[in-house]
Amino acid sequence: MPPSKAAAGLPAIRIDQVSRHYRMGESLIRAVDDVSLTVAAGEFLALLGSSGSGKSTLLNLMAGLDRPTSGSIHAAGRNLAELSPLELARYRRNTVGMVFQSFNLLPRMTLAENIELPLRLAEVDRGERSERVQEALERVRLAKRIGHRPSELSGGEQQRTAIARALVNRPKILFADEPTGNLDSATGEAILTLLREIQSTMGMTIVMVTHERHLAERFADRLATMGDGRLLSASASEAHASTEVRTGAQE
Amino acid sequence: MTELAVRNLREAMLRNSLTTLGVAVGVASLVAMLSLGVGLQQLASSRLTKSGLFDSIFVTPKTNLRGPGAGPPATRAPAAKARPLDDGARAEITRLPNVIEVYPQIRFFTEVRFNGKPFATMVAGMPESSKAGGAFDGMQGAFFSSPIADEAILQVEFAKELNPQTAQLIGKDLVLRYAERQALPSEPGDATQNSGGFSVVPKEKRLRIVGVVETEPASGFGGFGSGRLLIPLSVAEVLRAAQINDLRDVLRDSSSDKPAYASLTVRVKSPTLVDATEAKIKELGFGAFSLLDASKSLRIFFSVFDLLLAIFGSLALAVATLGIINTLVMAILERRREIGVLKALGAADSDVKQLFFVEAGVMGLAGGVLGVFLGWLIGQTLTLATNIYLKRQDLPGVEISAVPWWLIAGAIGFAVLVSLIAGLYPASRAAKLNPVDALRYE
Repeated sequence: MPPSKAAAGLPAIRIDQVSRHYRMGESLIRAVDDVSLTVAAGEFLALLGSSGSGKSTLLNLMAGLDRPTSGSIHAAGRNLAELSPLELARYRRNTVGMVFQSFNLLPRMTLAENIELPLRLAEVDRGERSERVQEALERVRLAKRIGHRPSELSGGEQQRTAIARALVNRPKILFADEPTGNLDSATGEAILTLLREIQSTMGMTIVMVTHERHLAERFADRLATMGDGRLLSASASEAHASTEVRTGAQE
Repeated sequence: MTELAVRNLREAMLRNSLTTLGVAVGVASLVAMLSLGVGLQQLASSRLTKSGLFDSIFVTPKTNLRGPGAGPPATRAPAAKARPLDDGARAEITRLPNVIEVYPQIRFFTEVRFNGKPFATMVAGMPESSKAGGAFDGMQGAFFSSPIADEAILQVEFAKELNPQTAQLIGKDLVLRYAERQALPSEPGDATQNSGGFSVVPKEKRLRIVGVVETEPASGFGGFGSGRLLIPLSVAEVLRAAQINDLRDVLRDSSSDKPAYASLTVRVKSPTLVDATEAKIKELGFGAFSLLDASKSLRIFFSVFDLLLAIFGSLALAVATLGIINTLVMAILERRREIGVLKALGAADSDVKQLFFVEAGVMGLAGGVLGVFLGWLIGQTLTLATNIYLKRQDLPGVEISAVPWWLIAGAIGFAVLVSLIAGLYPASRAAKLNPVDALRYE
């Protein structure tokens, strides 16, 4: 499937009957069990569920950090299950960006150096690197903190730095694993507002794992709920409905 | 990736310094032991080379009557084929490849006058090359100003006979009284040009004392050891003083007015060339003998000595290697999260492997350089201590430790190599780390 077609209305991610089983001692854990799901290009999808429901495992599978036991995951026109480890590393580096609950910034590096890391891995020229770091920092409105270390920042600022790092290689899809989990509610809302803004200005596809249904209802386009490794439901969110209502009213 | 590795090394300064120090100590003990081995070997072989014992060949005419204890009567060459060991033969031997010099042994017993009083002593001619021999190190005064200077060096025991304050002798003159050998003119009508006889004429020569030497210089075996008044060999040759073996020449028919030498000492460029040169001299029809065999067993001894030192050094390095592996494995446990982040951001397995590999290599290089320096320091300290010890016993100082360039390069290369090998396992372990597990790790 050529990538150009994917941009033209095709889904950004298509998950077909994907399972991920772990063996832990004697017992078999079905973290993800026969899940099928599609994420449209430019969509903001929230994966909901209680802890242990398999939502993070599904996110890791989509982000190319893990491999399914069975089934196929098509993203950017390729089946992730069939990629070599090196190709999967390139997919993580160039096609997707990743944001974590605990930020995962490297504490010994400044903001600029943290954000520069994916560019270094992608072997981008030194001159272009600083330009793109600056651009990413401006997008998350942290340009003034460029020389600081993560420990000198608030939680919200750290998460914004992590978002800048995820965006610096200009990915097609952004994955966020509980991005507001370590933040107070006001800061969490600010982060989600930022993600929403990135979605609309950059046309970014966003998949976010969260257990805060009320936030997901307000910011995501669609909600997918998981339980015991299975997909329980997938439906449009209130926010999406209201957007549609509003656009309908304008018409 | 390399930048990142260097950065990691800089950040975890303490832990990495300790590892580097561990490598350095291992390399240092290796270097110290080897440098000691090399140094002692160099010392021994330079002393032996200087002594002239191992690069000299002792040449005698085959027909020469053998002196007492001069070797087995194995030379069964017929007397008819014998060649006299004369100036022609000397020139011929000098022309052989790798021969530095050929000199006769001139010794004669005679009388010396100093301050009007007579002293009986043995006079010996010293070749210019004997200056380089260790025997004249630390002498009072100086060596002969030139190979033809009318100067003398006194053996200290003899010097004390002249004046207990030996230092006052330097610069003074003494008179050498000796018997010059003069060929008899050939009688008219005689078929042979020379009767082979000679007369002995008493002569005198004034010599300036330039030095007093502590030990008896051993200039070649069977050489000048017994000489107590040393003069330049060229001066001694010009004297044409009657020597002990001259009478023997008279009794032989193959005589000429040119004096034949009782023996010649041949010095070659290095002990390794002795064998070949010795064979060539034998081809010319002379008897030849050297002490090479003794030097061979000495070399074997030092090879074994070096080997033992290297084994102990390697043990030290093995301990250092374990230290490197330990540090790198611990670093993975400590940095699981970082590895997970790097992998999540798109680092390939090879990138992570390279990161750890570069870190191990840099630690190995730093440890190697530091270790060579430490090892050199240990060698210098040992040399210093030895020299203090020697000085207390009034012996000249020596250099017992040597760090040649191959040891420096080898030790650093070895440290880097060992570190890289030690880093292989931790690096591949880090590369195989599952990013999901690594990120979950708190």
